[in-house]
Amino acid sequence: MLTTTADTDVGGFPLYNGSSGTFLPVKEGNDAMATVKFDEATRVYPGNDTPSVDRLNIDIQDGEFLVLVGPSGCGKSTSLRMLAGLEEVNGGKIWIGDRDVTNLSPKDRDVAMVFQNYALYPHMSVADNMGFALKIAGVDKGEIRKRVEEAAKILDLTQYLDRKPKALSGGQRQRVAMGRAIVRSPQVFLMDEPLSNLDAKLRVQTRTQIASLQRRLGVTTVYVTHDQTEAMTMGDRIAVLKDGILQQCATPREMYDSPANVFVAGFIGSPAMNLVSVPVADGGVKFGSHTLPVERDSLAGGGSNVIVGVRPEDVEVGNEGDGLELTVDVVEELGADAYVYGTPTDDAIKLEGGDDSLVKPFIARVDGRRVPMKGEKIWVQPNSSHMHVFNAESGARLSH
Amino acid sequence: MSTLQPAATPESVSDEVIAPRTKVKKPKKSAAGDAAGALNSRWASFVAVVIAVLWTTPTVGLLVTSFRSQIDINKSGWWNAFANPGAFTLDNYRQALEPGSSASFTQYFINTIVITVPAVLLPIFLASLAAYAFAWMPFPGRNVLFVAVFALQIVPLQIALIPLLDIYTNKLGFGASYWSVWISHTIFALPLATFLIHNFMRELPGELMEAARVDGAGHVTIFFKILLPLLTPAIAAFGIFQFLWVWNDLLVSLIFLGGTPEVAPVTVRVAELAGTRGSAWYLLSAGAFISMIVPVIVFLALQRFFVRGLLAGGLKG
Amino acid sequence: MVATLLSAAPSGIPEPFLRAESTLGKFMLMFFAIAFFAAVFGLVLFLASLFKGRTGEKAQGAIFAAPAVLLLAVGLMYPAILTIIQSLRGKSGDGSFSFANYSAMFTQPELLTVLRNTALWVILVPFLATAIGLLYAILIDRARGEAFAKALIFLPMAISMVGASIIWKFVYQYKQTDRPQIGLLNQILKVFGFETRQFLLDAPVNTLMLIIVMVWIQAGFAMTILSAAIKAIPDDIIEAARLDGVYGLRMFRYITLPSIRAALVVVLTTIGIGTLKVFDIVRTMTAGQFETSVVANEFYNQSFRYDAPGLGAAMAVLLFVLVIPIVTYNIVQMRKEA
Repeated sequence: MLTTTADTDVGGFPLYNGSSGTFLPVKEGNDAMATVKFDEATRVYPGNDTPSVDRLNIDIQDGEFLVLVGPSGCGKSTSLRMLAGLEEVNGGKIWIGDRDVTNLSPKDRDVAMVFQNYALYPHMSVADNMGFALKIAGVDKGEIRKRVEEAAKILDLTQYLDRKPKALSGGQRQRVAMGRAIVRSPQVFLMDEPLSNLDAKLRVQTRTQIASLQRRLGVTTVYVTHDQTEAMTMGDRIAVLKDGILQQCATPREMYDSPANVFVAGFIGSPAMNLVSVPVADGGVKFGSHTLPVERDSLAGGGSNVIVGVRPEDVEVGNEGDGLELTVDVVEELGADAYVYGTPTDDAIKLEGGDDSLVKPFIARVDGRRVPMKGEKIWVQPNSSHMHVFNAESGARLSH
Repeated sequence: MSTLQPAATPESVSDEVIAPRTKVKKPKKSAAGDAAGALNSRWASFVAVVIAVLWTTPTVGLLVTSFRSQIDINKSGWWNAFANPGAFTLDNYRQALEPGSSASFTQYFINTIVITVPAVLLPIFLASLAAYAFAWMPFPGRNVLFVAVFALQIVPLQIALIPLLDIYTNKLGFGASYWSVWISHTIFALPLATFLIHNFMRELPGELMEAARVDGAGHVTIFFKILLPLLTPAIAAFGIFQFLWVWNDLLVSLIFLGGTPEVAPVTVRVAELAGTRGSAWYLLSAGAFISMIVPVIVFLALQRFFVRGLLAGGLKG
Repeated sequence: MVATLLSAAPSGIPEPFLRAESTLGKFMLMFFAIAFFAAVFGLVLFLASLFKGRTGEKAQGAIFAAPAVLLLAVGLMYPAILTIIQSLRGKSGDGSFSFANYSAMFTQPELLTVLRNTALWVILVPFLATAIGLLYAILIDRARGEAFAKALIFLPMAISMVGASIIWKFVYQYKQTDRPQIGLLNQILKVFGFETRQFLLDAPVNTLMLIIVMVWIQAGFAMTILSAAIKAIPDDIIEAARLDGVYGLRMFRYITLPSIRAALVVVLTTIGIGTLKVFDIVRTMTAGQFETSVVANEFYNQSFRYDAPGLGAAMAVLLFVLVIPIVTYNIVQMRKEA
């Protein structure tokens, strides 16, 4: 069982209350499979030429935790709001279970949403905030009270039920927003950057708690964030969007191990993957003084240059003259290991993802006990079993 | 996506909404204080007192007069009254309030109340409904209509009076009835009321309305359960402004109701007396204060809202 | 709602729903009206709730806005257009089309006086009221008893212009010099050995006397807004200026005044517009006689007393036209600030 200790000050919420043995009735009264399907769903804002969400196709399984992630303006929030019914769908369809909800009002979709700024009703007490949806649905008062109290117990809000949102801390407000969603036992939870208003420490704690709460309740959840760490740690699957187009939808592990394109490769993982544009050579690609072996058929689609991606932890520091020569700019000591930020001595070699004004450094993780000095020259090469090769033109993945 | 603070409280929202300028911090010394300090501060106080005295004396004069007998008023100036405090009397008020007498203001006073209450409630109803549509409900033609309503604020009510009078008398058969003034005051209040309440509503974070919609609320529920409670202070500020406007109005009542005791408000009666019995100061002074007492009480009791209402409604007319 | 009212036959409304003699009857009528309006309100909401789904919500928006929009169209736009037409159809308002009313305005001596008076009002009232309001706001800023001092100046805003006119009419009350005075102003003249005067009869002083009443009312408004604007100047600006060696009147000239510019514009234009439409004061104190009439009063007199509705309509249109430049100035200034 997933348990956390009740820690009222920092906003921990136990998922299971040992003393009373209660937890929320999950999906009471609707046993339909709450799958969610985006079918070519498109949103074009009036006055824009390009769609903000362009023919999005995602199938979300019942009970799955899907994270929509991407840089700001990528269409992730718009996608979520289309699912909520807050945004019109200009093309395609959206399904919840076997219902086509494309043209339904938000109120008829049986979804609950946690907003970035929580959107608590300022004039209502915590209990009234949590019970508002049930009250509108005409659930009787005793039942509302019961469900609100159960949710409050889970979220450790019992003592705050009579307070107004104004009198709560940020973490408590966040939990009320969560409570408002779970009290309803909806078919789908929607969460729009619900942690972005918390401080760093609370954010880390809360993200684990939300993830485990979701697993316990088993409610299909779509979660939007711009933070790839949040995406990696929380999601069963992650969907990466850019400019309204879905880049990849996969499990965190798949996403990390085989990103579908240069964008995903650079977006997922911290520090980011090194992406170096290198020429194709006979039997592989040229990486500094080395030729890295790459299967011929992988390179078939590419041109004379390809992009090689290697994560900092997959970089091997070799002997002098072995691989790519770097000048060490900065060393970040983390104790067990250290990150080395360097610039290729050969000016011709540029790293992808930087721009003209800012040269993107090459990052390598090294043993914390054998750290190069600043200004020193080192030679690096990728661990060839964890190397990614991308088409320089399209950015698509070439290696398998 | 809204960048407004989460969980804005009704108080904070409406405070900021209505009168950002009245939010007062208390620094130790202000720019104005500094300027005043430049004048000799004794001179500053002196000038302030002179202005205050100039501003209050006329009112005090009439107030004192209203407590003097008819004979005393015409025999000597009110400043002489303090020499003989025993001569103060309530006779003028007694006469002005005595039911049935031709000099009575009671009927007119009641007319004022009957005119004012619906003429305050109705525009608030209609304007907040329209403001909600303009603020949070997309519908075709919304922007054009809103700009039109906004622009109508500058139309002086004089320009509509005579054709309206014609509509009321000849088309609707109202004649000199309260309905004419209720509806007229509503019409004249609508552009400003809609605009102001719309602005208050736009200040609320959109997430609130979205949260309510996802919670299953339709527009009618959102309007009553979310917007009205949150905007009560803002709407009250407008309501008080409208209350004073209608209570103190002369022109609209004069044109649509005339001077009959059946329907005319107290302002019309006092103005009429000033014309026909301009030297009947015992009656005029008492009548004037009877007409003022309610707005002055409202002013003293709700000063905070009152100031806000004026700040918000300053452009009306 | 307008439709409901219009569909009722003109004479078909039973008398008890229109008028009542007794106090009880009046209040019952009032409550009936409130209930009636509430019922209409409820009907609109009910109609709106019949529309469902995404398209239905758009219809709901239109229905929510409809009562206000219809009322404004029928009760303000349409009458305004009628008035403009009437102003173009001669003195009686039903003759042939001409600009006669407008040319009369600028040629007839007594109407020229009206224009001159209106100009005097619109120039003097905003500036005097704002100057006094600003001076007072500065003098009492952070003084002991500030709230009370403000209330004294502000109270005239709460009372009706009719009431204010009565108060001042009494101040101006005339008696022959050798008789005991009951008007304060003439008493002062007498004390200093002057002849008493008929302040409300002698042109052009009488217009100035009426203007004083409006200044007396509006100074409180100016004071309130300007005082709030002064208090809103951030401390750090004042402290920075002080470090730069700026004190006293120069502080006022270089820091305070520029900081409250926007508020000054609002105050001046607001009072200006209010002054343009001033009617109650003139009507109550002189009824526009003795060369004291202004446009808003002349509108009333021409329409209802001199039986010249066409000329009255032209006066109303003139008011509208005069408001436009003030509002435009206000908007332009606001844009500059923003």
